Amino acid sequence: MSRPRTFYGKGIPGVATRDLKGKLIVLEGPDGSGRSTQIAMLTEWLERRGHAVEHVGLKRSTLVANELATAKQGNVLSPRTLSLFYATDFADQLEHRILPALRAGFIVLADRYIYTLMARDMVRGADLPWLQSVYSIALVPDLVLYLRVAPQKLMERYIYRGRELDYWESGMDIGYSRSWYDSFIRYQSELHRTFNRLQAVYGFLTVNGMRVPRAVTRDLQTHIESVISRNG
Amino acid sequence: MQTLGLRNATPGKLIAVEGLDGSGKSTQVYLLKRWLELSGYKVFFTEWNSSELVRSATRRGKKQNLLTPTTFSLIHCTDFADRYERNILPMLKAGFIVLADRYKFTALARDTVRGCPQEWVDQLYSFAYHPDITFYFSLPLSTALDRILVGRPALKYHEAGMDLGLSPDPVESFRMFQGRIHKAYEALARRYRFTRIDSNRPVEAIQEEVRAILRDRIDLALYKTTVPRGWR
Repeated sequence: MSRPRTFYGKGIPGVATRDLKGKLIVLEGPDGSGRSTQIAMLTEWLERRGHAVEHVGLKRSTLVANELATAKQGNVLSPRTLSLFYATDFADQLEHRILPALRAGFIVLADRYIYTLMARDMVRGADLPWLQSVYSIALVPDLVLYLRVAPQKLMERYIYRGRELDYWESGMDIGYSRSWYDSFIRYQSELHRTFNRLQAVYGFLTVNGMRVPRAVTRDLQTHIESVISRNG
Repeated sequence: MQTLGLRNATPGKLIAVEGLDGSGKSTQVYLLKRWLELSGYKVFFTEWNSSELVRSATRRGKKQNLLTPTTFSLIHCTDFADRYERNILPMLKAGFIVLADRYKFTALARDTVRGCPQEWVDQLYSFAYHPDITFYFSLPLSTALDRILVGRPALKYHEAGMDLGLSPDPVESFRMFQGRIHKAYEALARRYRFTRIDSNRPVEAIQEEVRAILRDRIDLALYKTTVPRGWR
């Protein structure tokens, strides 16, 4: 028996959770933790087994994705405004992508969910009860997997791939330090601590992301398998 | 004792005006502003209109009919937060009398009528200070409707509440929608102790009462401007 599907709060007006037959599986973790690689591998694996897969993520809504990108370019919005902008983006995808896909029996793979949004805001000073209220519209996922990678390791991966550090992912807007390196390490450590706090509240599963991709995938598959086989 | 929300902790004063379309609130707040300005007080006026960023998103949302009660609410709250943190809060901190033509109660009324849970919308806007005075311009629904519907050929889709599916006729839909907004305002007026102004009187009589209330409730001497007239 699987647990009945619920929202964190009152949810979306007029949505019955009974019809949501699919599965919502969330992959959380910082940039560089291997999320996209894993999602690609999981998708292949699921499709090979005959499951229909839908992808969602952050900043992918039809409604505000463009505006959100513009707003982030100039860093002109206050943290709260940016937070609400992201909430709008999330709500749009929830209503137009996630819910319809679940109704159609898809497996929805979410490349991050409300937890990243909450953690980022908390590191910037937002209080958890307000965020919880905003995101009480969210559907409780069937499974949340958190890919844990230490900040030092993330930094190595960035450098190894020849990628530049990202302004936001380094927390440069917060003003910890003018040094990108110091700011990145500090910000990612704060995020990680916040994720641990959220884990106590939401109970997601942590997967060690500091191994070869194949090994990580096998772990993720085991967790996903148990969710899919729960009620077929 | 019911909590009225976050108390204004700044040296400034926040005066909000609320009421149905056609209640005469914009005329009254304009006259209030002129009086304060001409008498040499530090006054700042702000109204409920959207920033370019949000306008482009809502334009797309409306065109493609993407907006749901939840995203409609969130996108307007995003916009409000931007205006609040960019205009209202700094002016309050600078010790101004801020006059707001429509404030968060406009959203509370609209969003709950569209079906969003009241506690959710309440919490969403809980970051914004409760006004020092909220003038509620009240008049019979039929009078407000007559004032608006005379000489206005086309009602916009959301303005007429067409998204609620109350009636296929825009004018009829607008009537029903405004009726519900009216009810929501009446409930808010009780809960948040609005200062009710009978709007069914001559402009001058109403303005006189509004000015008298302001003089009575606010120590205006504290808000005298110190900038010489030519530089204001």
